[in-house]
Amino acid sequence: MRIMIPREGEVRIPSGCAISGIMDRSGARHDGSDILKSISLMHDRSNGLGGGFAAYGIYPDYKDFYAFHMLYESKEARTATEAFFDTRFECEKQEVIPTDDVKSIKHAPLIWRYFLKPDPVALLRSELDEDEYVMRCVFHINSNIPGAFVASSGKNMGAFKGVGYPEEIGEFYRITDYKAWLWTAHGRFPTNTPGWWGGAHPFTLLNWSVVHNGEISSYDANRRYVEQFGYHCELQTDTEVITYLFDLLVRRHGLQMETAAHIFTAPEWDEIDKMPPEQRKYETALRAVYSSALINGPFSILVGSDQGLLALNDRLKLRALMVGEKGSMVYLASEQAAIENICPDVENVRSIEGGVPFVVRLDEVASQQAPTENLLRVEHLPENLTGVMPRRDA
Amino acid sequence: MLDFTLPRYRVVRDEDLCIQCGVCERSCSNKVHKVEEDLGKVTAAHKSCVNCQRCVCMCPTGALHIENWPQVGNGSANWNLPALQDIAKQSQTGAVLLASMGNPKPYPIYWDHLLLNASQVTNPSIDPLREPMETRVILGRKPAKLVVNEREQKVITELPPQVKLKTPIMFSAMSFGSISLNAQKSLAMAARELGTCFNTGEGGLHRDLEQYGENAIVQVASGRFGVDPHYLNTAAMIEIKIGQGAKPGIGGHLPGEKINDEVSRTRMIPKGTDAISPAPHHDIYSIEDLRQLIFSLKEATCYTKPVAVKIAAVHNVAAIASGVASAGADVIVVDGFRGGTGAAPTRIRDNVGIPIELALAACDQRLRDESIRSQVSLVAAGSIRHSADVVRAIALGADACYIASSALIAMGCHQCQDCSSGKCNWGLATQDPNLTRRLNPEIAAERVVNMVNAWTHEIKEMMGGMGVNSVDSLRGNRLMLRGVGLTEKELEILGVKYAGE
Amino acid sequence: MKRIYAIEKWCIDCKRCEVACKAFHSKSKDPVRAYKYEDNVPQPRIHVEGDLDLSVAINCRHCEKPLCVEGCISGALKKDPETGMVYCDQNLCVGCRTCVSMCPFGAVQVVEVNGITKAYKCDLCSDGTGEPGCPSCVAACPNGALVYVESEEGF
Repeated sequence: MRIMIPREGEVRIPSGCAISGIMDRSGARHDGSDILKSISLMHDRSNGLGGGFAAYGIYPDYKDFYAFHMLYESKEARTATEAFFDTRFECEKQEVIPTDDVKSIKHAPLIWRYFLKPDPVALLRSELDEDEYVMRCVFHINSNIPGAFVASSGKNMGAFKGVGYPEEIGEFYRITDYKAWLWTAHGRFPTNTPGWWGGAHPFTLLNWSVVHNGEISSYDANRRYVEQFGYHCELQTDTEVITYLFDLLVRRHGLQMETAAHIFTAPEWDEIDKMPPEQRKYETALRAVYSSALINGPFSILVGSDQGLLALNDRLKLRALMVGEKGSMVYLASEQAAIENICPDVENVRSIEGGVPFVVRLDEVASQQAPTENLLRVEHLPENLTGVMPRRDA
Repeated sequence: MLDFTLPRYRVVRDEDLCIQCGVCERSCSNKVHKVEEDLGKVTAAHKSCVNCQRCVCMCPTGALHIENWPQVGNGSANWNLPALQDIAKQSQTGAVLLASMGNPKPYPIYWDHLLLNASQVTNPSIDPLREPMETRVILGRKPAKLVVNEREQKVITELPPQVKLKTPIMFSAMSFGSISLNAQKSLAMAARELGTCFNTGEGGLHRDLEQYGENAIVQVASGRFGVDPHYLNTAAMIEIKIGQGAKPGIGGHLPGEKINDEVSRTRMIPKGTDAISPAPHHDIYSIEDLRQLIFSLKEATCYTKPVAVKIAAVHNVAAIASGVASAGADVIVVDGFRGGTGAAPTRIRDNVGIPIELALAACDQRLRDESIRSQVSLVAAGSIRHSADVVRAIALGADACYIASSALIAMGCHQCQDCSSGKCNWGLATQDPNLTRRLNPEIAAERVVNMVNAWTHEIKEMMGGMGVNSVDSLRGNRLMLRGVGLTEKELEILGVKYAGE
Repeated sequence: MKRIYAIEKWCIDCKRCEVACKAFHSKSKDPVRAYKYEDNVPQPRIHVEGDLDLSVAINCRHCEKPLCVEGCISGALKKDPETGMVYCDQNLCVGCRTCVSMCPFGAVQVVEVNGITKAYKCDLCSDGTGEPGCPSCVAACPNGALVYVESEEGF
């Protein structure tokens, strides 16, 4: 009989962790051996109860399709999920994700991947944009199909995660067979034993993937903020809510990733009060409007996206996070040793400062003119409810 | 008619300590004490004592204390002595029973069933003496999203007017008329010192207090006393009072004898006439009417002031709050049934309305369900007794709290519940110049400032223990609360887990 | 010098200042003993005049040119050249009441205590050396109607 210890989603489980990330700015793709080596070095920062990887650029042949990595605990879950896919998507390809037998990995679920495009009629009927539509389908599966969990749902990316030490999970998923321009990895030290594959990290949504070390004390304030806008925090994890906060501010509100990160680790009011008037107005507005998106408590996160990589520490710098560079390569890890063991002649090694986002973009993204205003996708409120003086013709 | 009513209290004087100095006699507006020089002792008219404890505090030798009147009832839990006494009073006067201050009945106090969290091991607590700990709160309507020029760090979205508070504690509405000018001035001075706001109540803003306009919330209530463009434009924020927690559904009545020159000028009504606040606003019979009033006030102030709407916590409060938000209110104030009052019919005070804890939790959740919680501010009122109550209220979802009884207590109020007599010995709820003189605003303001500063320190300590360094991260953070001694249903409404979960 | 000022606006006629004064100048410094048990009954050197409608505490102003000192026939009343305090040396006082008639504020009283008539006046709660202490009337006032502040008047 299974011991009924509650798992993520049923209870909030604090955990400590190791994180690591490798990115090639040039977009050149590398196999998973380096990231595996890096995260393995921090073996002691995890306890064998969760590990995983996110990889970007791994499906160039299917780059226009949403790549769904699915974890099924039963055949029924798979049947139900595939029936759901049939009504909402056109499926280009579906297959079992190849895995190797690893002695210590037990109770692996059924692991499948699907390359999907929203069904054009269903999409039109939903009156949603494509990403929003896909997001809601992800929420539907995770909430309503027992035993089915979407491990990742972005384009040309995927998450490989499960219960075990990260090096075992990497071997299990054969991540050395994949080539990516961005790898992130996570080793988990939860404070109890959920033993559930869906609860492992990275957490992903659409093209976002987040690995995180810490325990945020603002969790419920953040959760209840994003849940206003259609996000469901099923797993009750920090990583999940941080992912949703990024999605809300960047994808929906059109802010830059740096601005979103700046909101999460906003400057103190004492600093804001000393700023020149225009900047003070800007920072005050950001803090006032996005006060519930302030993330408090210790955290260090690596956020992967189709644009690149963002690293962020809490504003008091309560968690370690190191960065180093070599040529077009950028390395990030909880420990400096985890960088140096894969790139011994790494340069410019330093600690990420608390509250200062560290952003690496793909060269091709960086070269494009970034929009200066987030004017796109502004939700329109009735004007008389904005609380500002309505414009009147003279 | 034979008087059936009994004294409520007995004044006990330690003859060994009494020096017959007469301080008690001169301190009591109810004329309880009398120095009987011929008898060589001080006597007490027990029946006149309201237990305000002014004499107890003033006595230079500590010779006095007050006891309950020792008369026992017949042992019935049903026909107990207070029930009999109420009937005795009404059979002699034929009048509605009047009472003051908040609901004293033993209804559950949910604050006392909510325990706070602290960090251990997995997440460090923060020492407020070493790290910044932010208690600043910004009230007002917020846009759902902000349009900004990120490169130049400029805001494109025009931000509606906001009110900045240094601490999430404001002083709730108490009008000049219901309290003395010195009491209101004390709160105004304290609010300025603390960087927060006091509320004029519906009695207008006395010209002496206009200098505190930046810290004033001016109220527009059903009587519309003292409301003109100057009044509105002097303030930091405007509050439409729909209801009051202590007496939902009814208005107010300040008798003509209390309308002296100053009250008359401030309320803009003739001297000596009764000041009647109707039960409803006679121009608000539905939500769309409220919208019109909100926008009339915004127009009158050129959209430079946030407009708050204060409602009493009644059964359907969550839906009402949601309606108030969509009517255009920038700040919603919910006042629970333990909130105080200068005068209310006893039966209304003791039996109408619901607890603020449940009302606040329900309103916050409903506004979130409607995706508009982040666009409006939510203020909780109605018996916030100490800093832990403030922390609980914020964790349940409030942006800030209003306190009034606590502030009065800091100034001297002993909750004797006799405000409506106008004989307040502490100079608070009275217009008698000989009594109002007892409240020196310099001293009273200092006491209030001390109390709020102490609370703010305690709030910082508690936040630090939880591992948050900004009140922004506490707001709505219900995981920081756990219930004890509550039913499933109560936990569900409060949105908190049981202790141990 | 620092002087005690009475502010009638805040005086509430409670007379706690009188009790405090009397207690301080007693042997025991305890009001109960001072009022009830000490034979050599000390006198309050501060008096609240008026009634509930309007009252004010009267006590010595420690004048720059004190008329009481000028008029004293026995040299008992003195102005301390260091501190500016006006005080009465009870050993020298003969109880002639000249000071009472000289003082424009009515701040000196001459009373008979146990058959001995002496002048009593505010000594700023000193220990008899001419060095001012912490006036107990000011500490006892509940409403800020007595303040002890550095004065701009002459020394």
